[in-house]
Amino acid sequence: MSLLASLIHVVCALLLAPLLPGIINRVKAWYAGRRGPPLLQAYYDLWKLLHKGAVYSKTTTWLFVAGPIVGLACSGLAILIVPLGGVPGLVAFPGDFILLAYVLGLSRFFTILAALDTGSSFEGMGASREAFYAALAEPAMLLGLAAMTVQAHSLSLSNVYAAVTWGAMTTSAGPALLLVAAALLIVFLAENARIPVDDPNTHLELTMIHEVMVLDHSGPDLAMIEYGAMLKLWVLGTLLVGILVPVRSGFLGVDLIVGLGGMLVLAGLVGVVESTIARLRLVRVPQFLVAASVLSILAIVLVMR
Amino acid sequence: MVCFLIALAILLAGGLLAFAAGAFRSEIANVAACLLGAGSAVLGGALVMATALRVLLSGREQTLRLAWPLPLASANMELDPLSAFFAVTVALVTMLAAIYGGQYLLAHAIKGDSPHLCAAPSGPFRQMGTVPFCGRKKLGTSWLFFNLLTVSMLVVVAARNGVLFLASWELMSLSSFFLVTQEHEKEDVRRAGWTYLVAMHLGTVFLLALFLLLGRNAESLDFDRFSTAAAPTGLLFLLAVVGFGAKAGFIPLHVWLPEAHPAAPSHVSAVMSGVMIKMGIYGLLRMLTLLGEPAPWWGWTLLLIGLVSGVLGVLYALAQHDLKRLLAYHSVENIGIIALGLGLGLLGISYKNPAMAMLGFTGALLHVLNHALFKSLLFLCAGSVLHATNCGQLDRLGGLLRRMPVTGVTFLIAAVAIVGLPPLNGFVSEFLIYLAALAGLKSPAGAAVWPLTTVVVIGGLALIGGLAAACFAKAFGIVFLGEARSAEVAQAHEAEAAMQWPMVMLAALCVAIGLTAPLWPSVLAPAVAAIVPGAQVASAQPLTGIVLGSCLLLALIVMLVLVRRKVLAGRRVERAVTWDCGYTAPTPRMQYTASSFAQPLVLLFRLFLQPREEIHRPEGLFPKRASLHTHTADVFRQRIYQPLFTGIAWLATKLHWFQQGRIQVYVLYIALTIFILLIWKLG
Repeated sequence: MSLLASLIHVVCALLLAPLLPGIINRVKAWYAGRRGPPLLQAYYDLWKLLHKGAVYSKTTTWLFVAGPIVGLACSGLAILIVPLGGVPGLVAFPGDFILLAYVLGLSRFFTILAALDTGSSFEGMGASREAFYAALAEPAMLLGLAAMTVQAHSLSLSNVYAAVTWGAMTTSAGPALLLVAAALLIVFLAENARIPVDDPNTHLELTMIHEVMVLDHSGPDLAMIEYGAMLKLWVLGTLLVGILVPVRSGFLGVDLIVGLGGMLVLAGLVGVVESTIARLRLVRVPQFLVAASVLSILAIVLVMR
Repeated sequence: MVCFLIALAILLAGGLLAFAAGAFRSEIANVAACLLGAGSAVLGGALVMATALRVLLSGREQTLRLAWPLPLASANMELDPLSAFFAVTVALVTMLAAIYGGQYLLAHAIKGDSPHLCAAPSGPFRQMGTVPFCGRKKLGTSWLFFNLLTVSMLVVVAARNGVLFLASWELMSLSSFFLVTQEHEKEDVRRAGWTYLVAMHLGTVFLLALFLLLGRNAESLDFDRFSTAAAPTGLLFLLAVVGFGAKAGFIPLHVWLPEAHPAAPSHVSAVMSGVMIKMGIYGLLRMLTLLGEPAPWWGWTLLLIGLVSGVLGVLYALAQHDLKRLLAYHSVENIGIIALGLGLGLLGISYKNPAMAMLGFTGALLHVLNHALFKSLLFLCAGSVLHATNCGQLDRLGGLLRRMPVTGVTFLIAAVAIVGLPPLNGFVSEFLIYLAALAGLKSPAGAAVWPLTTVVVIGGLALIGGLAAACFAKAFGIVFLGEARSAEVAQAHEAEAAMQWPMVMLAALCVAIGLTAPLWPSVLAPAVAAIVPGAQVASAQPLTGIVLGSCLLLALIVMLVLVRRKVLAGRRVERAVTWDCGYTAPTPRMQYTASSFAQPLVLLFRLFLQPREEIHRPEGLFPKRASLHTHTADVFRQRIYQPLFTGIAWLATKLHWFQQGRIQVYVLYIALTIFILLIWKLG
């Protein structure tokens, strides 16, 4: 039963992930008083890219091609690991959250290398910034998840998230979980290249971080990158929704539907954040990320008291 | 044990024969020396491997007790699983490094250029470019010291007597000193050798004190008769940490590492960084088996050392411009990770948490093996790069992946492994250390301290991992990707086959350990049992999980490769220039450099790194020149050791008046001394 629910979650994630950017952009358009792109724009884009040929720079090697492939494979594995609220992940074992964090790290490592492979100084700059911010975001994520494992007395993400119930939220663990949620929100925004850390809609190479790294990719490669990014948005989103929507009804079907609804609402919230907050100056971003680590450490101290 | 002794004899004989063969200054003599040296190293290494693996897998130790006519000395040796584990590591890395080294030294000899300093084109060596290296240097000497280094490391892990241990410890330091200073005609190599020699001997002073205190009650320096009654065990622990830490490269005792490793020939750097510094870890572990029940602060001390060494090591590595120096600082970082594991293991023992102790020590030992593999691989790759381009400066390299595919791919594998990313071996050992930190959470004992260990270890490892990823993205990206940044680099060639094979073997081992993770806790269990008596083997379930994850990942990658091929079949695939925003004349020099890549992180951590910048801004309407130099010196060397040694030198000069050179005064000193001694004895 739980295996079936997990499978359904994986299928839903693979199918619905491109919907999230659509919702975000729709909400942003609505805030700005524009009509905005269709809700399914991301699907059209992927379709279009998949039907194109490709252009490669003469400078690049096989690594440039490997970057998107490894990136998407890592996001795919991450989808198999994460639970959606009470719905366990398909691959669950003690310590799986460490594998999750490191798989995302592997994806980033290859994206950075693929960017450096072009020899472009813009992409080098983006790669440098990505590596910089990731080094600061990683402790926040691992510490936050570690705090949750303490609260749940289990090292497996699926058990950890199953233990986040209304009951747990009302006990002394509640504040700690909310602190972790705040930390994970910061990581979510930073890792997915959203405002206030990065702006996916910026049009100037110098100010981009994630976007500038993939300037030279085209066709199916770019589709893989875009789809990988959407899956990553989903992965980190589930970690957040799992805490913020502590509905564990006991019926996996209900949990699944509530969780999926939570994901769509989260996308809407990201749209609101992006419409109401300005982007931070690059030198302020480290402080923002260190704040996430501090929140996670506070949570650890709280749950262990 | 007989096999072990035969192996030592083969290594010694091979070294001496190579030395004898190399006494003639001719090319044939050099070839003979390399064949003899490398051949004996491989043969001896294989014998040691066979013996030690049998001990490790069966768990039955082999002992040898021999008298040695020196006061307090005996030639007692033993291979227990802990020693055997280190012996396997030593033998494996030295064998592969020897094969590589044979070709490296010869190729180097024929080319006759000194590869380490592309930034210093002046001086006589450039003009000697065509003069064969063998005309100037006898390769036999190098092999003698290489084999002596191997023998001394093997005796260190097998020795069960203080005198034998210290003698081989000293032999290890001296033989590696001569290897480091092989290119002694360069001033910076001599200086590096000098730093190394001083650091090693300062470390040995602490070991001498440690052994004398341990052997004082029994009046014997045999390990099995050591007793901790003569001094508080805390003091003994501290002496061991300082003495062995100087070898291992714990911060702040690491200052010799970034000097000595770049100066040595690359296969020697591989051995030094891969296994020789681990002798410090071995010594510390061996002492822990003798010191009895650890106090909690021992574990905390090692955790602190691990955190500081790990984080500062990788930060310094980020700020380096020289490939081998960068790798040397990464050794400091990895020794820090090992120390984190050891610290957790000790805390596990003191707080009666056997699961944590087992995971901590298993993680630390596995990281010892893993680091030996990927770090020696990285140094061998760096050697190939130097060999091919004559340049170790990151900012002058570039685009080597296309010209050196084998070196490039093996470097990439080693980089992924050292950063600790799945599916390779570095991730497995770091994962075990993470699990050790989390194992404390379930146990009620010492509940008040677990938040701190969790924050220190998990936060520390995550930060180290992120920074290491940035650093190796820089190292690999700048050296192997993009376009060549100088003409010499553009004509680089791949290393010879004898150099490629050891690199391929090491890379294959990194992958193999990553994919066989669940086996390792039980393989290492006998070795760990020497330190944690009576603990259960750590559960392999989490490790099975990560291997499952790794296999899924590889399957997904293969699937996506096939999908991409299918999708692109028959479509138009073009080659064009990199997108340059419409700029018409890009040159390779406009690429992002290693310094610029690391600049944001170096700037963020400037408090610890204290980077210095020298900027000449463009001036006027038609600026002619502008330049930027950045340099990050080691703060510990600059702020602690330099003033300290200057102070000692100043004090020494103040004692000059004591030594006047007049014989009458010296006679007076002797008479005075005898007089005082007489008063003391008779009075």
